[in-house]
Amino acid sequence: MAIETQPERAEPTGRGPEVTGGGERPWWLRMGAHTGLIGAVAGYFFGHWLGNVLGGDFARSALSDQNNVAIVLGYAFAVIGWLAGLGVFNDLFGLMLGKPLPEEPRLLGKEDRGLAKYFRYTLDHKVVGIQYLYGMTAYFLTGGLFAMAIRSELLSPTYHLIGPEQYLMVVGEHGTMMMMMMSSVILGPFGQYFGPLLIGSKRVAFPRLEALGFWLTPAAYVILLSAVLFGGFPTGWTGYEPLATQAGEGMDAYFFAFGLMGISMILAGFNMIVTVINYRAPGMRWSRLPMFVWSMFTVSFLQVLSVPVLVGACFMGIADRTFQTAFFTNQLGGSSFLYENLFWFFGHPEVYILALPGFGVISEIISVFCRKPLFGYKVSVAGMVGVGTLSFFVWQHHLFDSGINPDMRPLFMLTTELISIPTGFIFLVAMGTFWKAKIRFTIPMLFALAFYFNFLLGGISGVFLSDVPADTTEHGSFFVMAHFHYTIMGGLIFAFMAGIYYWLPKMTGIKLNETLGKIHFWTMFIFFNTTFLPLFALGMLGMPRRVFEYARNLETLNDWVSISAFCLGGSILIFLINFVMSLTFWREREVGNPWRARSLEWQLSTPPPPENFKRVPVVLATPYEYGVRNALPVADLNPPPGVIGTAYAPVGGRVED
Amino acid sequence: MSSAEIQAPAGRHAAEREPQHTWWLVAVWLVLSLAACLVIWFVWYPHLPPGDMTTSARHQQFDIAVLAVSAAPVILGVWLYFGYVLVAFRAKPGDDSDGAPIFGNTKVSATWIIGTSVIVLWLFVFGTIELIGPAGAGAGEGASPIWKLSGNQTAAWTPGANDMLQVQVIGQQWTWSYRYPQFGGMESTVLDLPVNTPITFHVTSLDVIHSFWPYLLGVKADANPLVDNVAYTTARQTGSFIVRCNELCGIWHGAMTSNGNVMSQTAFKVWATAVQLRERANGTLAALPPYSLTYDPTVIPQLGKDLVKVVGVTGAPGYYYGPGNPVTP
Repeated sequence: MAIETQPERAEPTGRGPEVTGGGERPWWLRMGAHTGLIGAVAGYFFGHWLGNVLGGDFARSALSDQNNVAIVLGYAFAVIGWLAGLGVFNDLFGLMLGKPLPEEPRLLGKEDRGLAKYFRYTLDHKVVGIQYLYGMTAYFLTGGLFAMAIRSELLSPTYHLIGPEQYLMVVGEHGTMMMMMMSSVILGPFGQYFGPLLIGSKRVAFPRLEALGFWLTPAAYVILLSAVLFGGFPTGWTGYEPLATQAGEGMDAYFFAFGLMGISMILAGFNMIVTVINYRAPGMRWSRLPMFVWSMFTVSFLQVLSVPVLVGACFMGIADRTFQTAFFTNQLGGSSFLYENLFWFFGHPEVYILALPGFGVISEIISVFCRKPLFGYKVSVAGMVGVGTLSFFVWQHHLFDSGINPDMRPLFMLTTELISIPTGFIFLVAMGTFWKAKIRFTIPMLFALAFYFNFLLGGISGVFLSDVPADTTEHGSFFVMAHFHYTIMGGLIFAFMAGIYYWLPKMTGIKLNETLGKIHFWTMFIFFNTTFLPLFALGMLGMPRRVFEYARNLETLNDWVSISAFCLGGSILIFLINFVMSLTFWREREVGNPWRARSLEWQLSTPPPPENFKRVPVVLATPYEYGVRNALPVADLNPPPGVIGTAYAPVGGRVED
Repeated sequence: MSSAEIQAPAGRHAAEREPQHTWWLVAVWLVLSLAACLVIWFVWYPHLPPGDMTTSARHQQFDIAVLAVSAAPVILGVWLYFGYVLVAFRAKPGDDSDGAPIFGNTKVSATWIIGTSVIVLWLFVFGTIELIGPAGAGAGEGASPIWKLSGNQTAAWTPGANDMLQVQVIGQQWTWSYRYPQFGGMESTVLDLPVNTPITFHVTSLDVIHSFWPYLLGVKADANPLVDNVAYTTARQTGSFIVRCNELCGIWHGAMTSNGNVMSQTAFKVWATAVQLRERANGTLAALPPYSLTYDPTVIPQLGKDLVKVVGVTGAPGYYYGPGNPVTP
């Protein structure tokens, strides 16, 4: 509105001649992914050598013919080399040498042009967001391919395609990759990109930590995949001890990659919390904060508080495997229960780390396409905070049959069932928002509706699992599998897709093809349900998880599921074709405000200016006041100098006018 | 039914505008919910897993049916509501106007919150009663369960005396074995059980975590190394069943199955005594380690497996068997 749209900015990066800033060296002389790669390879060999020197005479695990110390140190130094090659430590060493930190150029209005900025340690949160978008998509597609392999094996009740060891490798890679990806799939692309825009900030609090958080994810991806070279790991994504201590070298990759991703999640969480608290524009009260920012804020607390436990557990697992400690070995004074407790103390908040961002994205979208204010803003916030808080008190429902604290099961049953109350708030908000609305069935809206459909089934099946007697049949079976796929894939991934269709025009200036988008939606929705609904029945009929062989009478259902899963894979392929073709060849420009949304990010030019806001805006209203007569615009993007002078200015302490 | 309160928001709102739609909706919802609940209870419930072979299975089946009956009206209510609003409030083509600026409604919110809270508390009370009443409902209760099944604790088991039968379940990669302490600690690879007898399972493991899951018996208990995990049940019907491993335990997890039979008390007594005599005669009982609630395989060479020498600082990797042993179950 206040800033004119600048269509020429919609020119995607990377087309046309490479433009580098004035006096900048060409990309191949600057630090970036290519120098990082060199550092990683050098670091791996150094670490491997060091490990052999240090631990060459340590006992080797019976199933591994390599020195685990060498492998773990190889990974560690590879990560350090990768980060050093990217230039992550440059500013740190500069500070140590007394050099002042360079200002982010974009804050002075200088845009970093060219494709190379996506392969560098760029501090722009918008660049990090797009890096995350591609990175998490790569994770998702890889994990999806593993899922296709699982379903291929399960076409027959006996093993026929891949042997049992390979099957477990595929299952473990699929689960771990998806879990690592899901925790960042919305917080990464949309949270990093739109978080600061939605609160009217020019920057995030810790751009270096934010960028470091992203650049750890490719390292975790490669390390996790490297387990394939060692025959994978036999534990699935949960990494239960003492099986993990017994496993081959792939287990080192699992622990290291998951721990690394944990660090990335903690960094992203810290950055988001401090940004939301300290970098809100004047007038962006807590009561005006967009729901998506609320979800990012609560999720960040969950990450910062729960993920350190995972990192600790991974470290202890590595220590058991390399330095011969016995944290998890019962015979030597350790406890396998300890690992189960540590893992699920992280694991259950993690489940809500996956659910809350979906709530946030969907809440934004339904308000826009219902053309109505969000029903019960405070109820929605209470729902998110309530879910987040309760999620720390339920972890032992994963351990109902384990023999741990059996007397506490009624308590954990109660806390688990209590979570459905704040989750119900989210449904209340949705149902209220749809009442007397003017519903537009755009693609983001369709995905949002599918989110509620899937999450309802996922949530209700969760109540079945919280009941201890019913859980005795359902625990560890395909019922659980169906339940969490309904909440994670049916919830989070549908929300992610909604977010892509909704926000991609803002991020790139290009709209995805609508016809293909509708085909993508309907195929994905239908085949998602035909894939995962029968899994509830399979679990009830007694099929345990992670088996490559099952009862012959379950073959028909399994074949149905497998064929549906392949169709679901085809649907994702349609999305991929749409995504790639729309961004490269079709290039349907959309630089305005296609959804007529009120929220702050849509008031900016497309793509947003390098410094986000020429002047710090003054927020005047919530983004949800659709249908309100004489509603104020959400913000004054060009406030008179006096207003900003009396409020605090978030950029480097300087007052701008 | 508490679920009726959930539908109330829809009803109350619609009453302001289109009363006939509202009552029609509520009526459809009531009829559908009633129909769904009746179908679940009378048609589905008798066939719901895990069946009614044992008391614990029967309780689980009952719980699942009750949960389904409680959930069906909620799901139907939300679906009906969404179905209605998506048709009634869709924007007509060319209509660019906004919806009604409703920011919230305390009454509707309070009704919803109270409604869901009532359902949740009801499920909690119900679940707790169903957990404590049937002595843990077949789930693993740890080493010293506080909800016990009643039965005579005897050194020897006799039919028809309501003696508690003790069965030890031992999981190892990748096979199940069962020991019967009341029959001299004899070991079997088949889980034979008497009908109408209180049974205590002592579940333990020799290596990694397994989970003992005789699906039809409605029992599930993790087998942890050096932990005695107790679960109870009473079989009500004779027949055979399959035991599976329910916790990922390594590459042959999917093939870690074993068979079991529930037989008459006298047949069981005959079978168990025969096995005990045979194992005493052929020296198996003498070769087995003395019966104990848990076993540490690093100190029991009698198990008949190749023990890999524990080397290193503490020996934590704990590889009891060589990599090729057993190769396949």
